[in-house]
Amino acid sequence: MPGKVFAVVVVIITLAIGYCVVAHVWWMPVDISVHGPNIDHQIEETVFGAGILFIAGQLVLAAFSFLYGDSKGARKMKSFPGGAKPLIIFAFVVVGIEILVLSFVGSKAWGSVYFTPPDPNSVRVDVQAGQFAFYFRYPGSDGKFGPLHPELINEGSQNFFGLDTDHDADSKDDIVTAELAIPVNKPVLLTLHSKDMGHSFDVRELRVQQDFVPGIVIPIHFTATQTGKFEIVCTQLCGLGHYNMKAYLEVMSQPDFDNWVKQQAAMQ
Amino acid sequence: MHDMTAHAAAHHAPPQGFIRKYVFSVDHKVIGIQYTALGLVSAFIGMALSWAMRIHLAWPTASIPFLGTLSPNGAPGGVPTPEYYLSLMTMHGTIMAFFLLTAAPMAGFGNFMLPIHVGAADMAFPRLNMASFWVTFVGFVLACATFFIPDGPPLSGWTAYAPLSAVGAVAGPGQGWGQNLWGLSIALFCVASLLGALNFIVTTIDLRTKGMTLSRLPLATWAWFINAWVSLLAFAVLLPTCLLLVLDRLGGTSFFIPGGLVINDKMLPHSGGSPLLFQHLFWFFGHPEVYIIILPAFGIVAHVMPTFTRKPLVGGWKVITYAMAAIGGLSFVVWGHHMFVSGMSPYMAMVFSVPTLIITIPSVIAVLVFAFSLYGANMRFTTPMLFCLGFISLFISGGIGGFFLAQPAVDSYLHATSFVVGHFHFTMGLSAVFAAFAGFYYWFPKMWGRMMNETLGKIHFWLSFVLVYCVFMTLHLMGLTGSVRRYSQFVADFMVPLTPTNRFITIAALLLGATQFIFFYNVIWSRFKGPKAADNPWQATTLEWDTTSPPPFDNFGGRQMTVYHGPMEYDGDAFVMQTSTEKSIAGT
Amino acid sequence: MKVGRKVVALTSALLIFAFGLLYSGRTVSAASTGQVTGTVKLDGTAPHQKPIDMGKEPICAAVHKDKPVTTENVVVGANGGLANVVVYISQGLTGNEAAAPSQPVQLEQKGCQYLPHVVVVDAGQHLKIVNADQTSHNIYAQATKNPPWNKSQPPGAQPLDASWTNEEIAIPVKCNVHPWMHAYVVVVKGPYGVSDDSGSFKLDVPPGTYTLTAWHETYGTQTQNVTVAAGKPAAVNFTFKAK
Repeated sequence: MPGKVFAVVVVIITLAIGYCVVAHVWWMPVDISVHGPNIDHQIEETVFGAGILFIAGQLVLAAFSFLYGDSKGARKMKSFPGGAKPLIIFAFVVVGIEILVLSFVGSKAWGSVYFTPPDPNSVRVDVQAGQFAFYFRYPGSDGKFGPLHPELINEGSQNFFGLDTDHDADSKDDIVTAELAIPVNKPVLLTLHSKDMGHSFDVRELRVQQDFVPGIVIPIHFTATQTGKFEIVCTQLCGLGHYNMKAYLEVMSQPDFDNWVKQQAAMQ
Repeated sequence: MHDMTAHAAAHHAPPQGFIRKYVFSVDHKVIGIQYTALGLVSAFIGMALSWAMRIHLAWPTASIPFLGTLSPNGAPGGVPTPEYYLSLMTMHGTIMAFFLLTAAPMAGFGNFMLPIHVGAADMAFPRLNMASFWVTFVGFVLACATFFIPDGPPLSGWTAYAPLSAVGAVAGPGQGWGQNLWGLSIALFCVASLLGALNFIVTTIDLRTKGMTLSRLPLATWAWFINAWVSLLAFAVLLPTCLLLVLDRLGGTSFFIPGGLVINDKMLPHSGGSPLLFQHLFWFFGHPEVYIIILPAFGIVAHVMPTFTRKPLVGGWKVITYAMAAIGGLSFVVWGHHMFVSGMSPYMAMVFSVPTLIITIPSVIAVLVFAFSLYGANMRFTTPMLFCLGFISLFISGGIGGFFLAQPAVDSYLHATSFVVGHFHFTMGLSAVFAAFAGFYYWFPKMWGRMMNETLGKIHFWLSFVLVYCVFMTLHLMGLTGSVRRYSQFVADFMVPLTPTNRFITIAALLLGATQFIFFYNVIWSRFKGPKAADNPWQATTLEWDTTSPPPFDNFGGRQMTVYHGPMEYDGDAFVMQTSTEKSIAGT
Repeated sequence: MKVGRKVVALTSALLIFAFGLLYSGRTVSAASTGQVTGTVKLDGTAPHQKPIDMGKEPICAAVHKDKPVTTENVVVGANGGLANVVVYISQGLTGNEAAAPSQPVQLEQKGCQYLPHVVVVDAGQHLKIVNADQTSHNIYAQATKNPPWNKSQPPGAQPLDASWTNEEIAIPVKCNVHPWMHAYVVVVKGPYGVSDDSGSFKLDVPPGTYTLTAWHETYGTQTQNVTVAAGKPAAVNFTFKAK
């Protein structure tokens, strides 16, 4: 009896989980980047492959405890025909194939994000993370970012990056904002650097998540395909305000973006 | 394998007096029980911390009973501040991962059972063994002490990533003396684990009794033996890492702190260190660590299950042992999968992804061995057997998550979401706990000489099993939406709608916690009121069932044990003890 | 705050009270009948105050939708009056002054701003810190002559009670969750005044000769000597030069 109960409980749990996944009760948000579908495809492939293994594994467990769960005492035990050999072969072949497929397809998806050089005409934005906010810097009309002087950082005076606008010509027209605006369908190159802790740049809809490492500048690039307002959140524990460390990403049409840049420049 | 009589005689005589007998005891059985008790206390504290976290996540303004009293500063009026939430989380992880999951299944059961399994009178180095426990205990006290110091417990998570953990109080509340104590506590834990691992290795190699060849070792002992090697290599890296971290904090060094960091508009006086170095060092320990937690679980299940399926495991001792050894070995080359989005070279991500996927092969083999050993069995549905079945189901579910997180492209979406939280709770958390429960119910009669209550045990199993799925599978699924872990509140716009899901998880988690009181009650009741246990109540074959319950001080009452059989000589109701001179019936 | 600090604060409050009692016996008639008044002006153009984008905290951004908030490093009124200048007695205290006021001063966090931007307390006087926002703030009081502390205040939490025993000009206070939030707590001993938007300030002091110090967060300090007679306000004006 308990064997049968266990089998039924396991089957119910398996079906419930299967339903939640197939019906997308909880699922990924809309995908707004050019490389995103590769990642989604990879996730779906994994859901499919690993899902089969999951269901098969749970069902085998349920079936055996259903069939052999009730001790009849006198029955002679039977060994699994062929012993461990078919199991080992199964593990090597089936899991091996799954590994090969996932690795090859996966390296393509990963490569589409990380192994391709950024477009030379990308919109460049310098991103700085600090406890507990993101700030963004656009190079302004000269197309050049001014040098950073960490010792000049003064948050009370809104000098988040440590720019010396009095002495550095390149810094004079740099535009610092609290929101990341980018034009739609244009390649974007972000340079991530942190002023204090490890942080992370995560936009679910872009399928981009990349840690900030203090001391290192990390480039990431992507192209957004839909306009709209999305959330940038920090996913690397950075201290008490971690849960509220966020900013907004606004993907705009090119004219809107140009206007926005002008407005922001006027506000510096 | 050499003659044990001289050895046993050379060992210590039974101690006199309460302190030598029960406190500073060199008896491996007492030390095993001490570790197990420490594990139970840790489990309770860790669980209570998780309740506070869950309540706060689901009802952010709710006042949590006792929390305001424990820390009027951290939880004024019982509502935890964001930093105190992170402290609760850090201490939950630290206490559970180190003092429960690492200590109990290996040092707890292992200490008690391993010498008996190999037919020895004690561990090879009894005093070292006592030292391991008491060093662990001091580490535990230091960890708990952080709750009572003005700076409060650390908040940088059990992974203590630098520079948050390294720069000191300037990084915010919870980064003062609490983090120093944490570093010292874990360093002590490392020392204790290294001593323990040495002891396990030497005992297994040197103190096996006559006839106890490696092929006849009980599988739990095989697991502890393999695990001791993994511990020896892994904790040897964590120990210096903790010391370097404390040096960065107190000694003005910059191992993990780069130059040019600015906090509150002030430059820090450090330069030249690398935060990624800390992550590499931590995960070089950290990934083997999850196998340090799960290998003894494999061993316990492999040891307990054949007793109740009344048949040997498929493939005998070899397949499961080789699988465990392969897992232990591969566990040292996969650590980078924690760091796919860390800023490590993206080419390295591919390098770490492949062995991570390959390690699933021995894991799948182990699970298949467990599952297919049920084929044609005559299962006896005792509580330990139920927990073994639960372990298999949970480990399958947890292992599946591994396929996702092993791939850099998929991980770049799921990293740091509650999917990861669900995944590691299934694999290294609840799977290991279920195996430990199986071991606990199985060995309780031997350790205390009384049987546990089966009805309560079964209620405990069924409620735990279903509720574990409610809590941790929901966390997996919620993670698919990108819900971020380690947030003290759900204030991100996309996370606010997840509040009902969060409340469901919280309610399930509180019920799961309440269920554990059935277990605590059962332990205490059975310890004093349970029916007296026979020497071999489960009709098992290994040496611990070949002596009284509980065993005498020298384990076998001066008998020299000689072993003739492997540990899995079961055939339905028939079974052959390892020491029996009868003919083998199961052929392994 | 912490128990230790409370004890220190309480003891010092008691001591100040006791000394106050001792002296009041001798100088009953002379106490707190004098006054210093004046204005602080800025000579030159104030530096541009940058607008603050609170986009990260939508509930605060909504509060300031119509009137964007700027930095407050230099706040100049219509007629050139410089606000947020703290005027206090740096020399000449006799101990005849009134004890630290028992009424607490309030520092409010509202719309992700500190109100007021510069707050003065007498040593030992209590500061009540209130969070009027529906978001968590942390208050990092970066004191150097007093123990520094850093603590979160969730929405709806009880006001925090703080006090400092040593004179400190000035303690920067900031919120790391909203890095633009910036304020100063100035801990003085004895009477003090703060200039308002028109630059005027007022101190109640017993008659005597004093050195007055005016402190501004951007322009630093200036001192002037003044003699205060009973019943007649002494006028003192300060002028800071814009850099």
